[in-house]
Amino acid sequence: MRERNTAFLVGIVILAMVLIWIDLPDNPGIHIHWGFINIDKDIQVHQGLDLQGGLQVLLEADVPEGTEIDSEAIDTAKVIIENRVNGLGVTEPLVQKRGERRIIVELPGIEDPELAVTTIQETGLLEFIDAGYTFLAPGTKVQTDYLAGGEESAPAEAETPTSEGTSEAEPASTAEPAPVVYHTVIAGSGLKDAGVTIIQDAGSTVPVVAFELQPEAGAIFAQHTASHRGQYLAIVLDKTIVSSPVIEDAIPDGKGIIKGRFTPAEAQALAVKLRYGALPVPLRIETTRTVGPTLGQDSVRKSITAGAIGLSVVFLFMLVYYRVPGFLADLALAIYALLNFAIYKFGLPPLFNYVTLTLPGIAGFLLSTGMAVDANILIFERMREELRAGRSLGAAIQAGFDRAWTSIRDSNISTIITCAILFYFGSTFGASMVKGFALTLIIGVLTSMFTAVTITRTFVRFTFDVFGDSLRAKRWLLGI
Amino acid sequence: MFDIIGKRHWYFLISALLIVPGLIAMAYSTITYGTPVRLSIDFTGGSLMVIKFQQPATEDAIRDVFMSYDFTNPVVQQLGQPEDNTWQIRIGFTDVETVDKIKASLADQVGPIDEASSSFSTVGPAVGGEVTRAATVAVVIASLLVGAFIIITFRRVPNAFRYGVCAISAMVHDILVALGFVSIMGLLFNWEVDALFLTAILTVIGFSVQDKIVVFDRIRENTPKRRGEPFETIVNRSILETLHRSLTTQLNAMFVMIAILLFGGASIKQFIAVMLVGMVTATYSSIFNAVPVLVVWENGEVGRFFRRVFGRKAATA
Repeated sequence: MRERNTAFLVGIVILAMVLIWIDLPDNPGIHIHWGFINIDKDIQVHQGLDLQGGLQVLLEADVPEGTEIDSEAIDTAKVIIENRVNGLGVTEPLVQKRGERRIIVELPGIEDPELAVTTIQETGLLEFIDAGYTFLAPGTKVQTDYLAGGEESAPAEAETPTSEGTSEAEPASTAEPAPVVYHTVIAGSGLKDAGVTIIQDAGSTVPVVAFELQPEAGAIFAQHTASHRGQYLAIVLDKTIVSSPVIEDAIPDGKGIIKGRFTPAEAQALAVKLRYGALPVPLRIETTRTVGPTLGQDSVRKSITAGAIGLSVVFLFMLVYYRVPGFLADLALAIYALLNFAIYKFGLPPLFNYVTLTLPGIAGFLLSTGMAVDANILIFERMREELRAGRSLGAAIQAGFDRAWTSIRDSNISTIITCAILFYFGSTFGASMVKGFALTLIIGVLTSMFTAVTITRTFVRFTFDVFGDSLRAKRWLLGI
Repeated sequence: MFDIIGKRHWYFLISALLIVPGLIAMAYSTITYGTPVRLSIDFTGGSLMVIKFQQPATEDAIRDVFMSYDFTNPVVQQLGQPEDNTWQIRIGFTDVETVDKIKASLADQVGPIDEASSSFSTVGPAVGGEVTRAATVAVVIASLLVGAFIIITFRRVPNAFRYGVCAISAMVHDILVALGFVSIMGLLFNWEVDALFLTAILTVIGFSVQDKIVVFDRIRENTPKRRGEPFETIVNRSILETLHRSLTTQLNAMFVMIAILLFGGASIKQFIAVMLVGMVTATYSSIFNAVPVLVVWENGEVGRFFRRVFGRKAATA
């Protein structure tokens, strides 16, 4: 018995040391490269949007109610959005499919949420249209004969002939009320690459988007630019004119630039959109949440203060009320807190690699601490009862742990059931706050069953093995 | 031995006094606003802005900006201390572009906005409706599963079914008190029910049942040990034996929650307040509702109970 206890105690001390190492604020992570063993694991706190600020957007396929959506289209849209988001340079972005027609995007710590929203949501359909001799001002909405997926909702204009010659032959017809359908020379799918370059323009440096076409599109481009010199070749994004350059000379190599009045960030965003192609379905924004970074940091600071004060009172209460067992429970509770924090940082591979901490998540942790304390209270109250009933110290300890176990187990199962439902609810509806709460609470309940029972028991047994005689003599130390 | 069960009818009266004001508030709220509790944009859809201005702002100035965008009835509230210059504005569902325009106008006409300390959310009405349905389903399923769990756990005890029903009815009691609290706070201070509130309710459910299980578990343990005693005495003994634990646990949970209420971030204060009310009620209802109802049922005095209660009420009226 004694050896087993000692072995347990040594195990707990080692565990505590590992946990403290994981919990170190500047933990370097694990990076092992020995021959064929390659392990790279960062160990750090992952803060949710509400703590570090950021943007959450729920997008839905913008098609009439009841229309079947090709599930592949949503998958493709998801991949394109992922690429675009990565192009924005956010650390740890999250892009997930929700159900059959929705995509959720979370961008923690994003600097410019407005630009991010347009980057994610805009279809990103680039067209070079033949505008003939008409100058189209940037910002003008136009119609083209290139049909993107889901754009079939423009039947009224269908009677206008959309042969190649239309706009070329009758440039004057723009004055008429009937909408002109411009011919699309090349669409975004013909692009090979796009990036931002800085050029000198009228004495100042301006950012522009440089592009390169696929060989096939390049050939069409070369042919068109050769035969339409002096005419406008307007660049259109999502049916809105970006710029209207005049073809000055044939462009044989399929390379060009798009000049608009871009800020460097806007140019970058446009380049990203062009590089990864147009979305196969138009997406509508269903919900957005933007949280300023300072707001979150303020919450973190306050939560830490509140948690520290609350837990200190609990620690003190246990110590005063239960004396020696209370002190041992406090030790177990400290290990419990270390263990939970370590799980948030380290995850439980292969189940998950970390827990994203949110404000409700912190609340969930603090509540589960309450339940961890509850387990010890159940045990100690039972021990007191058995001692008062005249049992020996050893028998009382044994009975305390044995009899309290069914209560602890049953009551925790009911909490686990509600947590599971909360977790499901949270993950289905993008209520990531609810999910965060459920996750930390469930982790807390499960770990508390280990720390409050196994670890406290080891501590209690060890203490009574070593100091049993003096404790029997000074019963006030047991809180009786 | 201190007799708790003997005074059970008084406890039922206290519970009624706790629930009735909430029910009245819910009825009033339903008539005035259409829902028993004020629902946040999470459920109804809409746009919510929490804006920190860099200089003092006035409600009228903010209102004027929204009026110029044809929002006839924005809900404008100041948050925190006046020197925080933080305002919360709620309007109907508005697309991102319009929100951006409103932001620009606010910065222009009211004062520069501290973007880093502000937050903006919009929820589409369709999503709001789905969340509402899912929330209802979640609460109902949680109650059923937990009830089923109790019945299974206590299957060896005679009339396990009654334990489940008693636990659930006490749980409904706790939820009603928590809902009533939110409804009253909604009428007085514009508190709104959001997705987090659902979390609070489900946590109360979990905690409530946990508390009841501890007492029931003791009854389960004591029943075979003390066969000769009347059920009432066994139950009373079980309550007294677990009373220490109930109070100590409650106290510890309260320490943590009060600390969050006093020092925590503003965004979870309402959530914690609801949880605190629910948990205190849950402890009360375990001792003074769930178990006495069980006794009433086991003694077959349901009919007698109704006669007594209504007789008493008629007498006092």
